[in-house]
Amino acid sequence: MNIKLKIWRQENPKAKGKFMDYSLEDVSPEMSFLEMLDALNTKLIINGDNPVAYEHDCREGICGCCSLYINGHPHGKGERTTTCELHMRSFTDGETIVVEPWRAKAFPVIKDLIVDRNAFDKIMAAGGFISVNTGSAQDSNAILVNKEHADEAFDSASCIGCGACVAACKNASAMLFVSAKISQFALLEQGKIEGMQRVQKMVSKMDELGFGNCTNTYACEAECPKGIKVTNIARMNRQFIAAKVGSQKQD
Amino acid sequence: MTKLDAKIPEGPLAEKWSKYKASMNLVNPANKKKLDIILVGTGLAGSAAAASLGELGYNVKVFCFQDTPRRAHSVAAQGGINAAKNYKNDGDSTYRLFYDMIKGGDYRAREANVYRAAEVSNETIDQLTAQGVPFARDYGGTLDNRSFGGVQVSRTFYAKGQTGQQCLLGAYSGLCRQINKGTVKMYSRREMLDLVLVDGKARGIIARNLVTGEIERHSAHAVILATGGYGTVYYLSTLAVNSNGSAAWAAYKKGAFWGNPSFIQIHPSSVPVLNDYQSKLTLMSESLRNDGRVWVPKKKGDKRPANDIPEEERDYYLERRYPAYGNLVPRDVGSRAAKERCDAGYGVGDTGLSVNLDFKDAIAKQGEKAIENKYGNLFEMYEKITGINPYKEPMRIYPAGHYTMGGLWVDYNLMTTIPGLFAIGEANFSDHGANRLGASSLMQCSGDGYFIIPNTITNYLADQIRIPRFDTNTEDFEKAEKAAKERIDKLLSVNGKQTVKSFHKRLGLILWDYCGMARNEEGLKKGMKLIDELEKEFWNDVKVPGIADELNQELEKAVRVADFFEIGKLMIIDALNRNESCGAHFREESQTEGGEAKRNDEKYSYVAAWEYKGSDQKPELHKEDLKYKYVEVKVRDYK
Repeated sequence: MNIKLKIWRQENPKAKGKFMDYSLEDVSPEMSFLEMLDALNTKLIINGDNPVAYEHDCREGICGCCSLYINGHPHGKGERTTTCELHMRSFTDGETIVVEPWRAKAFPVIKDLIVDRNAFDKIMAAGGFISVNTGSAQDSNAILVNKEHADEAFDSASCIGCGACVAACKNASAMLFVSAKISQFALLEQGKIEGMQRVQKMVSKMDELGFGNCTNTYACEAECPKGIKVTNIARMNRQFIAAKVGSQKQD
Repeated sequence: MTKLDAKIPEGPLAEKWSKYKASMNLVNPANKKKLDIILVGTGLAGSAAAASLGELGYNVKVFCFQDTPRRAHSVAAQGGINAAKNYKNDGDSTYRLFYDMIKGGDYRAREANVYRAAEVSNETIDQLTAQGVPFARDYGGTLDNRSFGGVQVSRTFYAKGQTGQQCLLGAYSGLCRQINKGTVKMYSRREMLDLVLVDGKARGIIARNLVTGEIERHSAHAVILATGGYGTVYYLSTLAVNSNGSAAWAAYKKGAFWGNPSFIQIHPSSVPVLNDYQSKLTLMSESLRNDGRVWVPKKKGDKRPANDIPEEERDYYLERRYPAYGNLVPRDVGSRAAKERCDAGYGVGDTGLSVNLDFKDAIAKQGEKAIENKYGNLFEMYEKITGINPYKEPMRIYPAGHYTMGGLWVDYNLMTTIPGLFAIGEANFSDHGANRLGASSLMQCSGDGYFIIPNTITNYLADQIRIPRFDTNTEDFEKAEKAAKERIDKLLSVNGKQTVKSFHKRLGLILWDYCGMARNEEGLKKGMKLIDELEKEFWNDVKVPGIADELNQELEKAVRVADFFEIGKLMIIDALNRNESCGAHFREESQTEGGEAKRNDEKYSYVAAWEYKGSDQKPELHKEDLKYKYVEVKVRDYK
């Protein structure tokens, strides 16, 4: 198949970016989206042009590197799919595909399609951990966790930190990312002890870094490649209110 | 020949590590913050070490090439992490885990290190659990286990098919906590280009800031490499496409010996090569072989769809050849068996280069829901790539380059032959001999990072407390920086016609054909010649666009591929030298009548440690003799 591409090109963080048009022939439907971009880059390099910069690593949907906004959707239109798992069979011959970086104040563009997601690390450093030094852990089976809670904690923990939730949200809110981590720890016995401090620290760091508020559009859940649920946000809000009013009640 | 001293503590095997800890040198808490440690790589070993060293009070500078430490390739380990907890009451113990690893590695690993890895495995699981890793649990709230290849107990802890991601996130959260406390400073988007030695000791690195292109100098009292394996030397592998061997290779060229470079694990179950532009082979976890059965048609070239082939016309060749272990044979055995069937003309799929992994029986017995609970995300992944639903049709799998048992040679302290340079996790050669057993990689990485390196580096640093911080404005740093810049300029100035990727792909094919699952003298020599020619072509005709002082992904790749040529040649030199078959290293000249690997203990019961002697010289071989006091060396038998 043949396709047309409109790709955001921006030389550096300070440069003004713009869309550039490209066309690519002989695209196989079996190619992944990134393999298609590889082919485009090969063509650009051979022709003496600069290749498109985009982030990628594991190419199996787990590292969270890839971060392309394709035809108006983070990671493209597929359900529960990262960009690297998206295949060209989802597009049609002759289609024009628009590719942009994540757009959010807290994720400035570094070059072309690469953005700086360091804000997520900062939120994690503010409180996204259980304070346990190496060597001080007790036997694993001394901490019993109800299987349902353990499974639910796993579901929350499966967030890959790609930032699609922020890119999908009209307010560029990071609530889904933050609440997934809060929930994971809130559901596990070992995480409950510092739950009240954690939620306050992470939420205030999130606000400080320029992420927007949640206005319940649920776009984040719809676009999350790992199916992280908005019920995490509800749990975080309950915890946050409880922490604010000084109650010790946790769920 | 230099005598290699592995510095193994005296005393009985089971007491070595506790005696070491009881008698090692210490650094008092107030002095720790005066000592700088550079740590490169933030996978499970690196992140665990960074967190633990920060907790101890050292001043730690951590580097990774990704945008955040959490994306390191440990994230992709699927099936699980081993520990000798014996929660299943099935006869497991530290000794049993040690024994399985020694046997699994085909008697080519060092006893003392392997025993210690088994010994700290239990603490490691406790540590990860305490950090909030959501391991699978049973209804009573206790942790669950499953089985992996090459063993007869259930000792593998898991978090669905994302155990590596969950373990790494646990260690990363500990690392974040130390960043917050100020004990760890994080330098992400940095690639280490060279190691800097001062008076023969590792004292710093040269790194490239991948955003600005700036070349930076960083100094420390000691350097730890946790930079992973070099499996991407094959181009197509199960590794992340940016994984590379360059940091460890820079250390090799500065004098660190490289152990067993040709020992590379080819994992039996990956999604097969489907087309020419494929950039990556995705692993399908070994855990799937708990319930999946491997088969090919009994009839040569049988092209019927798998579900149309009746039971009596299927050859469950692993169950047939290895009744004791069946589908759960170790990886080297499983890979060779698949290759044997495909080479003989029984392979399935368009290319004939794949075998079936069938869940029909398991689904009939346990129900689709139970299978989904165990492997749901793997099934989903498979369907996304191939468009085939594995609940309805067997998966098609084929072996792929996966894990490097070889790596920087280290002693019992995990220190390389360069004083002050340590290597942990997959970057070292230490624990897996000639073949790694499933779920022991996460185990080794977390053990090295959490429990071993914090002790052994303290022992090393104890006499350095009076040495002030190092100035980077010296001749040693100047020289290393200049060499790194010259190499980059050289790559940019070739301005040829072919892309870096096209060279990497061709190099990968040569190594896959001649130094892959099966090797022989003629092929290895041919491979060497082909790589030499290709390397020359690379330096004359590669096209690296852009400039040095910018974010330049092609330049990053070019630096890595330039090193892969050299790494590939060292692999071949090592494979040629070792004229025996052991574990993943299968020399066709050395096999039994039944086609199993045939060791030659008399001649080759040693670790081959190679010393760099200059770009146009053959490296020098040093041998570390392997002595087995606590296991009987036998023919490895899974029948």
